[in-house]
Amino acid sequence: MALAFLVIFVVIVAACALAPVYAERIAETTPNANHVTDKVRVSGELRDVISAGGTYTDPTTGELRVRAVTILGPTWWHAGGKFVLGADQNGRDVAVRLLYGGINSLKVGIGSAIICTFIAVVLALLAGYFRGSVDWVITRFFDLIWAFPVILLAIALGSALAINGFHHFGIDIEAGSLWIPTIVISYVLIPYIGRPLRGQILSLREKEFVEAAVAQGASAPRIMFSEILPNVASSVLVFFTLIIANNILAEAALSFLGAGVQPPNPSWGTLIATGQTRITTAPWLTLAPGLAIVMTVLALNIFGDGLRDALDPRAKVRIEH
Amino acid sequence: MATFIARRIIGMVLVLIVVSFFVFLIFIVVPGGDPAVRIAGRTANDQNIENIRRTWGFDEPFYVQYVEMMKKAGNGLRPDCCEEQQSELRSQTNQLNVVDQIKAGLPATLSLSIGAAMIWLFFGVMVGIIAAVRAGQWSDRLITLVALIGISMPVFWLGIIARYYLAEGGLVTLFPDGGYVPLTEDPVQWFWHLLLPWFVLAVLFIGFYGRVMRGNILDTINEDFVRTARAKGLNPRRVMIKHVLRNSLIPIVTLFGLDFAAVLGGGAILTETVFDLHGVGQYAAQSIRNFDLPPIMGVTLYGAFFIVLFNGIVDFLYAYLDPRIRPT
Repeated sequence: MALAFLVIFVVIVAACALAPVYAERIAETTPNANHVTDKVRVSGELRDVISAGGTYTDPTTGELRVRAVTILGPTWWHAGGKFVLGADQNGRDVAVRLLYGGINSLKVGIGSAIICTFIAVVLALLAGYFRGSVDWVITRFFDLIWAFPVILLAIALGSALAINGFHHFGIDIEAGSLWIPTIVISYVLIPYIGRPLRGQILSLREKEFVEAAVAQGASAPRIMFSEILPNVASSVLVFFTLIIANNILAEAALSFLGAGVQPPNPSWGTLIATGQTRITTAPWLTLAPGLAIVMTVLALNIFGDGLRDALDPRAKVRIEH
Repeated sequence: MATFIARRIIGMVLVLIVVSFFVFLIFIVVPGGDPAVRIAGRTANDQNIENIRRTWGFDEPFYVQYVEMMKKAGNGLRPDCCEEQQSELRSQTNQLNVVDQIKAGLPATLSLSIGAAMIWLFFGVMVGIIAAVRAGQWSDRLITLVALIGISMPVFWLGIIARYYLAEGGLVTLFPDGGYVPLTEDPVQWFWHLLLPWFVLAVLFIGFYGRVMRGNILDTINEDFVRTARAKGLNPRRVMIKHVLRNSLIPIVTLFGLDFAAVLGGGAILTETVFDLHGVGQYAAQSIRNFDLPPIMGVTLYGAFFIVLFNGIVDFLYAYLDPRIRPT
């Protein structure tokens, strides 16, 4: 069951990775190519991508009427793979932009999950192994991030960095870089993994096998990484899966508020943000990226859940009737 | 107990100081242009900008600016303050008093968060109990799946979709289209306008709490004290309510305290923005867009205050509910 959803997630990732191929071979466009004045043959009928608005005279009554500008809706597969999910206000292919946006969303989601998990694991290992003052400092650091209104912190950091980028301490990050949302998201979520892991490691630290390793004269890094780490690996794996899901949602929220991925770079969050203004005339602009997020995050959540059930025997407990 | 409270309060103040300093630092390390130029507007000459820089204190070293800003934030909390505008914490874009603006947004944020919290707590616990009682059956699977879908939806997207499909101007008009009506003005309209935002905000938490609750019940039900209670021949319903539920609710109390504080402290920023509720979160979103440090500082401190406060309350409740844990 859970594996099926891992497959779904992999398929989504593969589809996004193949976006350039799809764009070039099937949709015959690029994510930012403008088709405002083009026409497309849908089921044999020639249609405007963006129909011209303006006024016309009603032939029967002679009244002057206004014709609204309409955007081509989803053609599904009736236009030979072009505009499968319709067009946007600039005549761009929504399906192509959705896949390209997916690349950015997944890059930010997975990238921040890797950075966040790595830092949290190292901090938790240090705190749990050395205890005492090291533990105190690291725990206070967790508390500090924890005390922040997380979303406010992320937005403040994201929008501050989005203006000029980051150019300190020998690190140069351009203002529109994907690294900004990636780093911001991973930073604010460190305690969510670090705290529970630290607890687990503190109790493992008291176990006999760690004492035995200390008695054998094993070095601190060796005990941390080859004795303790394997014992928390299953928790780390579960956290990692669930945090990817969480981070994809966080990216969407940040981008929605203008503090994440910056235009013209598409991402699922920015697609929703720009699409929502046209929700009454072109709802597919909002629906498509939203459903893409729900599907991806749901697949990861179900897989993570299954993984937890498989790796953590306590979770398998059933009620005795 | 007295020392415990005293230590908590000192800790709270320390955390608030560090948090505020950190926010300040973000805006010093990552400057978004000269604030004096922004305040002066387009028609200003160099002399104007220089004057503004002096009166706002932008020429001071950053630690002096920090202390000044904290003093101003403190001044804003006193009701009889202040005769001079300079001694209040004011926005750099529209020169409005930050504390007043937060107070103005408070009724909307409070209404939204308290209502949503009641909904998510009630439905979350109910969903958890039903799923746990039916554990392993198809109804449990279905509930778990629905809960997971709830968790997997971006809250702002759900809000937009709900507004489009259910509110005025969309496909079906069941609800009014966004906005906030004060409770004191018209209680019926207040309720009517908030119903959709409440549920949109609560969906995520219902799914999450339901899953946590289900897990807790399944863990507790195999504990020795439950077996003992059953062995004593207690009524199964009584065992479920008095023994299992009481213990399963303990982790929920912690979660609830923290989540409620986060939502109250500006965490509902997305829901407030989508439904145009003019609460504290939306105020923060606007200020961030304008790169306006004083309001961001004000809202962050306000939010951090609630988070730290509720952390403390949760610890006390915890000790009350679980006699095994006592503050030391």
